[in-house]
Amino acid sequence: MTKTETPLLSLTNIVTKVNVNTPNEVMILRHLNLDIYAGDFITVLGSNGAGKSTLFNTISGELPVNDGHIQLKDHDITHLSVEKRTAFLARVFQDPKMGTAPRMTVAENLLLASQRGKRRTLRLRRLKQSLPHFKALTATMNNGLSERLSTATESLSGGQRQALSFLMATEQHPDLLLLDEHTAALDPKTSAELMTQTNQRVTQEKLTCLMITHHLDDALKYGNRLIVLDQGQIKYDVRGAEKAALTKDKLLSFFDTIE
Amino acid sequence: MSMIVSSIGQGLLWAILGIALFLTFRILDFPDMTVEGTFPLGAATAVTAIAHGMNPYAATLLAFVTGAAAGLITGLLYTKGKIPILLAGILVMTACLSVNLRIMGSANVSLLGKQTIFSGHFLQSLPKYFDSVFIGLVVILIVTVLLILFLQTNLGQAFIVTGDNRIMARSIGINTDNMTMMGLMVSNGMIGMGGALIAQNNGYADVNMGIGIIVIALASIIIGEVVFGELTLNQRLVAVTLGSILYRFVLLIVLQLGFSTNDLNLLSAIILAVCLMLPQLSKKLHLNQVLKKGVAKYDEN
Repeated sequence: MTKTETPLLSLTNIVTKVNVNTPNEVMILRHLNLDIYAGDFITVLGSNGAGKSTLFNTISGELPVNDGHIQLKDHDITHLSVEKRTAFLARVFQDPKMGTAPRMTVAENLLLASQRGKRRTLRLRRLKQSLPHFKALTATMNNGLSERLSTATESLSGGQRQALSFLMATEQHPDLLLLDEHTAALDPKTSAELMTQTNQRVTQEKLTCLMITHHLDDALKYGNRLIVLDQGQIKYDVRGAEKAALTKDKLLSFFDTIE
Repeated sequence: MSMIVSSIGQGLLWAILGIALFLTFRILDFPDMTVEGTFPLGAATAVTAIAHGMNPYAATLLAFVTGAAAGLITGLLYTKGKIPILLAGILVMTACLSVNLRIMGSANVSLLGKQTIFSGHFLQSLPKYFDSVFIGLVVILIVTVLLILFLQTNLGQAFIVTGDNRIMARSIGINTDNMTMMGLMVSNGMIGMGGALIAQNNGYADVNMGIGIIVIALASIIIGEVVFGELTLNQRLVAVTLGSILYRFVLLIVLQLGFSTNDLNLLSAIILAVCLMLPQLSKKLHLNQVLKKGVAKYDEN
């Protein structure tokens, strides 16, 4: 990758504050700069309060930026609404309950996600015609999800729900995928399975992805780039061969220097 | 017999309110107090328009429009003004009281001698009370079929998911504010239309006719759910109508027991409260065991 390539998404001098104009005003992102290139699979590390979730909320538009700008390819999207950003951006939350509609079936959830970022019209939804596609799609997760297409998601296991959220986020090939500790709420075995599936799908489909994790092993094992957030800034950014050569000990000693 | 026919007719007409409230209370998952204002608003609009010589069908549609407008105001207060939904509804409901008086010019307006939806030749030739059964059936059929179709569209699905999981809805690009406002508009439009029909059926509109209607509408939803149990969404819409008719039968029985019509609001509230507490009561009193295994077996335990 050459540095002259235009980034897919670039965050320039981003300042994000919460509780603005109150005594509790806190600056979370402090003049943060980040260029994300197409095909990047970035693992994001950082202690609690470093600004990882705020970074995601800023990219997705949930939190307005107080300074700086966000550029997608050649469009300035700094002030684009959350709904509009979903046309190019998909997200998987940490909490399995947040990513799916509990009273709707697996197939209905997938169908809703297949309309991501599109205008919802009075056209009939055509659920039946999509079922074979959904069957094949869910079968790739190997966790019984494909047998439960007409089950309400509230009666799925946490692992199945999270796998569904992940499929819903990736099915439309978003330009950018945000994974916010998406395996953290699962048991170790299920978590490892979903992580493997994630890696497979992200690399096969050449998705551009940011993944927050607290597992140093996962951060080292997956992705082609690793960044460390601390006090609202990116303190460490390695990619390619340099990242491949990184060890847990080196990473831990780096964490010691910033604390 | 005619009492039963009358109850069915009333049940069908009032079912429109139950279905309308189902959209907000069950699908969007919040209680909308606006309905207490939009019900008499629709009645006032239609009755005044008819008194001024408007075609009763056009007047009923006009009631839908004014109801929807009030729903839009609640929606704007809630989504853009960030006023809690309960309070936003109460504000619009209260404002409607004055608006209704302005529209009607007095506390009540009679339709005596005016043409209404119920005064056609065909309806007048039916036996007593069958006119409201006929109109109720036609309206409920149209409303239910249209809603079932709507909920199967991409827009309808976006509407459902807004009530089911707002965060997820936003994350797939659904403008949840617009969905909420649309739901409030359609719901209150239907309530306004229901007010127009019931006022024409009664032969007058009264500013106080909205008091307690949220309880009546909720009662049809809850009775339908308690009686029919687990259903699909489409079936639940139909269950609301059946619940509304059952509720009228309950009222009929209670009135036969010697209560007066003045007690109706108290009775409605008690019926609704009992239905809402049923899950708790059945847990505490082991009603399921009693009903399923029989009392004798239960006593042995």
